[in-house]
Amino acid sequence: MVASRAIGCLRRFANASRTLHHCSGYICRNFSRSSALLARSHINYGIKDDVAVIRINSPNSKVNTLNQELQSEFMEVMNEIWASDQVKSAVLISSKPGCFIAGADINMIAACKTPQEVTRLSQEGQKMFEKLENSPKPIVAAISGSCLGGGLELAISCQYRIATRDKKTVLGVPEVLLGILPGAGGTQRLPQMVGVPAAFDMMLTGRNIRADRAKKMGLVDQLVEPLGPGVKPPEERTIEYLEEIAVTFAKGLADKKISLKRSKGLMDKLTSYAMGIPFVRQQVYKKVEEQVRKQTKGLYPAPLKIIDVVKTGLEEGKDAGYLSESQKFGELAMTKESKALIGLYHGQVLCKKNKFGTPQREVKNIAVLGAGLMGAGIAQVSVDKGLKTILKDATLTGLSRGQQQVFKGLNDKVKKKTLTSFERDFIFNNLTGQLDYQSFEKADMVIEAVFEDINLKHKVLKEVEEVIGMHYFSPVDKMQLLEIITTPKTSKDTTASAVAVGLKQGKVIIVVKDGPGFYTTRCLAPMMSEVIRILQEGIGPKKLDSLTTGFGFPVGAATLVDEVGVDVAKHVAEDLGKAFGERFAGGSLELLKQMVSKGFLGRKSGKGFYVYKEGVKSKDLNSDMDSVLAGLQVSPKPEVSSDEDIQYRLVSRFVNEAALCLQEEILATPAEGDIGAVFGLGFPPCLGGPFRFVDLYGAQKIVDRLRRYEAAYGKQFTPCQLLIDQASAGKKFYQ
Amino acid sequence: MTWVTGRLLCGWAPVQTSTKKTLAKPNVRNIVVVEGVRIPFLLSGTSYKDLMPHDLARAALSSLLIKTNVPKEVVDYIIFGTVIQEVKTSNVAREAALGAGFSDKTPAHTVTMACISANQAMTTGVGLIASGQSDVIVAGGVELMSDVPIRHSRKMRKMMLDLNKAKTLGQRLSLISKFRLNFLTPELPAVAEFSTSETMGHSADRLAASFAVSRLEQDEYALRSHRLAKKAQDEGLLSDVVPFKVPGKETVTKDNGIRPSSLEQMAKLKPAFVKPYGTVTAANSSFLTDGASAMLIMAEDKALAMGYKPKAYLRDFVYVSQDPKDQLLLGPTYATPKVLEKAGLTLKDIDAFEFHEAFSGQILANFKAMDSDWFAQNYMGRKAKVGSPPLEKFNNWGGSLSLGHPFGATGCRLVMAAANRLRKEGGQFGLVAACAAGGQGHAMIVETYPK
Repeated sequence: MVASRAIGCLRRFANASRTLHHCSGYICRNFSRSSALLARSHINYGIKDDVAVIRINSPNSKVNTLNQELQSEFMEVMNEIWASDQVKSAVLISSKPGCFIAGADINMIAACKTPQEVTRLSQEGQKMFEKLENSPKPIVAAISGSCLGGGLELAISCQYRIATRDKKTVLGVPEVLLGILPGAGGTQRLPQMVGVPAAFDMMLTGRNIRADRAKKMGLVDQLVEPLGPGVKPPEERTIEYLEEIAVTFAKGLADKKISLKRSKGLMDKLTSYAMGIPFVRQQVYKKVEEQVRKQTKGLYPAPLKIIDVVKTGLEEGKDAGYLSESQKFGELAMTKESKALIGLYHGQVLCKKNKFGTPQREVKNIAVLGAGLMGAGIAQVSVDKGLKTILKDATLTGLSRGQQQVFKGLNDKVKKKTLTSFERDFIFNNLTGQLDYQSFEKADMVIEAVFEDINLKHKVLKEVEEVIGMHYFSPVDKMQLLEIITTPKTSKDTTASAVAVGLKQGKVIIVVKDGPGFYTTRCLAPMMSEVIRILQEGIGPKKLDSLTTGFGFPVGAATLVDEVGVDVAKHVAEDLGKAFGERFAGGSLELLKQMVSKGFLGRKSGKGFYVYKEGVKSKDLNSDMDSVLAGLQVSPKPEVSSDEDIQYRLVSRFVNEAALCLQEEILATPAEGDIGAVFGLGFPPCLGGPFRFVDLYGAQKIVDRLRRYEAAYGKQFTPCQLLIDQASAGKKFYQ
Repeated sequence: MTWVTGRLLCGWAPVQTSTKKTLAKPNVRNIVVVEGVRIPFLLSGTSYKDLMPHDLARAALSSLLIKTNVPKEVVDYIIFGTVIQEVKTSNVAREAALGAGFSDKTPAHTVTMACISANQAMTTGVGLIASGQSDVIVAGGVELMSDVPIRHSRKMRKMMLDLNKAKTLGQRLSLISKFRLNFLTPELPAVAEFSTSETMGHSADRLAASFAVSRLEQDEYALRSHRLAKKAQDEGLLSDVVPFKVPGKETVTKDNGIRPSSLEQMAKLKPAFVKPYGTVTAANSSFLTDGASAMLIMAEDKALAMGYKPKAYLRDFVYVSQDPKDQLLLGPTYATPKVLEKAGLTLKDIDAFEFHEAFSGQILANFKAMDSDWFAQNYMGRKAKVGSPPLEKFNNWGGSLSLGHPFGATGCRLVMAAANRLRKEGGQFGLVAACAAGGQGHAMIVETYPK
């Protein structure tokens, strides 16, 4: 039995980094682009009656990626098809059950040195897809599995789309999440296909659209139900069936028995009518732009460019639209933001793998001690993935609250129609609530989310073999990060088990070494100390919030303290202050102490820096805090108190501490540091995490800033050796 | 006293037939079907449409009484199957029995197991006899799809119940003020799986696709069913059918859903569930049916003592269940090898197959599944396939597709068809199998009673 401890309850920045949820629109694969041009390795095709069935199946990969090799093979095949008298129509399908085309090859862009090169790539894609769009022989895209980015752009260039109504079948253009735009005609075709508002929504959020929704939007024309077993495995037969149906439709299209005209609903008709009026269009652009500016605070260039490109296409015609698309694509690909976001994407892929190997024994049964917010959250993400879970609490009231939390979490999915009520009940049945330690001996892993009577526990958990730390972030069902903490005594297999469980729970995982505050809390603490100092220097909570969100943090610093809980913040500050001394000083702990004594614990008590009322979204400042702040006021230092300096004082302390964690080998890799900071603490995704930020901003410049602040405040800003070394050697964390 | 005699006589009565050994087992009572009847199965919305389910059940029961002349006091127990329950007569077995002239001292209960409800009624009776609790059982089933319980919405129901409890005018008015027009949206019973929300026809279409059963194959099979049913009807082979004088209407004497058409006509129909390219249509599916059946089952010794000439033995039976999503209608595939194994028979020993035909696609998918080693090995945990039944022995007098399928009543029809066919065609063993909603299934061996 492995006992794990879920530590810390940092209620994290509310929306942080959820943006990066599903950004697999671009897939990175390294291809040996050697001599494989003779035999086709990605595509084969056969002819059924008079329908050419083109099957995509990239070798040695779980996914199909639009790389140059695949593209040229595809065009070769298309040219043959167009030239053939036997063929009247075509079906495009993937032989991989879970993936149609997952996107364009991200490395094609990474290999480019100038915007012009990227623009050229885009133009090649545009030309290829335009040829498909104008194909004299109808092409049916038969979609099963992910159809993202370039994959979707390809699909919408075809004449007809049929998709399996499978949970794995998702359509979307997630380019914006990588700081770029759909660069192969997507910005021009999507508005035509689904209407301007829906197209904006898809391109600006990058969200994945499930097949049934796609059908309603007009993104696909027909749905095919996934099949169960026949005389073959279900996935295999489903693909075969999809192909059969697609062939039928291809024939129908070629014979003109099936019309391409789509019957639109009343709402669609009204929308497209309204969008035909120039004035309305202008209003829509304006509105969307306003919204984007408000949400991105000008920190993300891609969304604005997307709006611009769509606008150009609609107002100035197709040619101008395509040109603008390819140019802006080139520009965006060269931005720091895009590099940061792509870096995060790579990091995320890395942190979704178990580098410790397959555990000797698969964990199937777990037990969670403590049914509080954290414990119940852990239970929820566990039962959801089929882990039999015991949720144990000391009191019936506490247990019931926790069980209700799990139920509500699942029931919300029923309301969103991602689960049926039957599935909810089935999943909820994986949860056993109890007040005693019955059957704990069957648990493969015990996760402790609360401190209980240690003697009792040790009596019960005699068989505990090893202990490992699992630091979840609250709310567990929303926060993707899991920080796993190992000690020198932790075996590799235990770590592998913990990572496997975390991955099953859908987490992005960083594995760090034990030390006060581990990695995430430790980075946050000095920044929080600076937050207090800044407040003491007379910057109000509202101003502070706008400065931090203006830098790219999803939640303002003062609001963050309220969300985390002032008592928790105080506790952390005291503990880590003792452990690290001077470096973690700066703001006066007295502020937090006074707030706690006055009962201003943040959101949970209704008052913190702000006043919180049930059901009221807008929040007012807590006027009772004025006297507290006034009593602790210190005079600001004008030379380091500009808005920008305040932002950098916060961020540089964070970054410096992160670098120190790498220097002290708490962190194994910079990538894990970046993922932990962005997914766990809401470090601005547009900066890519502390390490990426140092690379893009320049280590020397960071060191210089730290020195300047050091001159004003002392040791808290002394740059760590690693940063100094990086700066002097001109080295980067990412090569 | 009868009970004691029954017990004492229940030895092993070896009745050898010329070809194969009987399935009688030492120290197990032989259980026989004395007689079975059904009122004609009608398309819902036709002659039975103004009746209630217990009216149909009563008609079947009283016909059984008349046809068998069984003294009502000897009937120990009555069991009926039904699926869509009329809420006023939730124990429809009792309501029907009381009106049909059975003794009010004979207890009755109702069972439900989707399309194998009547099978469940029969095997419950078999269990009662085998364990020595009873000697004479009446089992049957009923369904009336012409009328189904359509309910007020939950919100409306809640308001009405609350109104009942409201004491003051003020409370009532405040409740009424919460009324919204959408409260009036009715709730219809769906022929959909509760667990998956998928309608059975949709599942059947997917099942057919899983096993690559074509539209043409399905239409051909449905046409065969209608043709064979027509022939059986014309030749008077459907001897279990009893006439029913419908109050206020004509006397119904024949099933009215048998309509042999042509493949060309059938090909014109649009798919009913998976649109626009599915393969299951109205013509290759069983239709909504009204009907009832009843059967007299006895311990063999009892039947002989009373001077009856039984029609068949009811032998081994099994119930199976599997994934209600992707294998909803594969019950026969799972049940067949299991019941054969239990009885020590092989597919070759079976002379008459009577399978419930929910959909052509379902029957043909079951054939392919039964004929697949891959399926047997990967989904049923068996070493090899059981094999597909030879078509010349299969549902030779039509099936649910053509005769109709009153959910709760079909099981008895299947057993009677097997028994009557064995007598007519001269075989010894019949195999009855059926699929049911919920991903369940049933199979039973019927052995002809030696002449």
